[in-house]
Amino acid sequence: MIEFKLPSLGADMDEGTLLEWKVRPGDVVKPGQVIAVVDTAKAAIDVECWHDGTVSQLLIDIGTKVPVGTAIAWLLEPGESPQSVRRTSTAAPLLIEEQAPSGRRPRISPAARKRAAESGVSTGDLKGHGPHGVITLEDIETAARVAHPPAPDQAMRHTIAAAMSRSKREIPHYYLSETIALDKALAWLQAHNAQNTLQERLLPSVLLLKAVALALRDYPQLNGFWLDNDFKPALDTDLGVAITLRQGGLVAPVLHHVADTSLTHLMSELASLVERARSGSLRSSELGGAGITVTQLGDQGVDSVLGVIYPPQVALVGFGRISERPWVKDGQLCVMPTVISSLSADHRVSDGHYGARFLGEVRRLLQTPEAL
Amino acid sequence: MNPQMIRNEVLSALKGIAPELEIEQLRPDRSLREEVDLDSMDWLRFIEALNRSLGIAIPESDYQHVDTLNKLIAYLGQKG
Repeated sequence: MIEFKLPSLGADMDEGTLLEWKVRPGDVVKPGQVIAVVDTAKAAIDVECWHDGTVSQLLIDIGTKVPVGTAIAWLLEPGESPQSVRRTSTAAPLLIEEQAPSGRRPRISPAARKRAAESGVSTGDLKGHGPHGVITLEDIETAARVAHPPAPDQAMRHTIAAAMSRSKREIPHYYLSETIALDKALAWLQAHNAQNTLQERLLPSVLLLKAVALALRDYPQLNGFWLDNDFKPALDTDLGVAITLRQGGLVAPVLHHVADTSLTHLMSELASLVERARSGSLRSSELGGAGITVTQLGDQGVDSVLGVIYPPQVALVGFGRISERPWVKDGQLCVMPTVISSLSADHRVSDGHYGARFLGEVRRLLQTPEAL
Repeated sequence: MNPQMIRNEVLSALKGIAPELEIEQLRPDRSLREEVDLDSMDWLRFIEALNRSLGIAIPESDYQHVDTLNKLIAYLGQKG
């Protein structure tokens, strides 16, 4: 028996509301299949299955809000039958609304008790998710949000506020920037786009993303996660891409295996990701797991961006507008298309010297676009 | 195809990318990308939509000739 849990929906999304089941008990499921649609503060997400199996039981009803990690369905493994499985636990799934056993004084952290008093949350009804079931600050904040759900646009702001406040509270950022000549990259791109059909046209963003991914292979301390007071390197070059939504706010879904993906394929994946982010049909596998985020604000016309790291990631690369700027080449003043790249990185994991060498590698890679 | 029909196709392609767009507010002599807040990905999708509806693939080298609504309609009229 497989307990299918609500997967992580990205660093800043810790709960979801079930909108729709895409499967019924008895359905055979395979990895990658969408089994449910869940609404988060940012968007409706297609939740994908990770196992081969048969749906045995759906554990939550439509409209129920549950934290990430909650069991939402039981699946039978291939070869299992309902009769062959002895149900070891018939406990109800862990719901936010679940009642604590009555007559027991809730165990609660001091910060959580203070926050509960401020927000009017009754702790007697709460299930704690801290060590030994202690009610934590996060439990109170989750309960407060459930009790007073904000409007959707406010929910997006609250989500961003929580992630960015945590970042600035916990991560000792350092910032570097480097102006990169793009004459060779843009000439290569123009030639490519002139020779190919409209559907195969590439944007400069794709070259920048690929260069970042390739450089990360040599600078692994910028690609990973800060968890439990320790750095855990990412296993692949999965890049979060900050995408602005037309209605306001942003999401940072993931492009997978960027260093190993061809530019043409990367372009179609990026186009699809942007379109689906804006139409609200991202998949759960596209929301978590990025080891670094790249933000490009050049289209909004700014020269450069020094970003805020997305916890638990440890670095963020920013690119401003690609623009013609004065440049000195071989002792001569000339006009050069350039972009100002930047790195925000976590000083607990890496130092400025290391970060500077990384940006230097990005610059070098962009001088040989045909090799990207 | 007359300019009015081209205009309708252009506006419908724009609406597909920016559903919140209010046509009456659109100033036809201003930068279209700024008026509609189109980033480079939006712009490419817009060019693709025009190619689908009008059969005209605007090359990158001509982007400077289609940067306002008026110029775009005139350009498409010539090419169509």
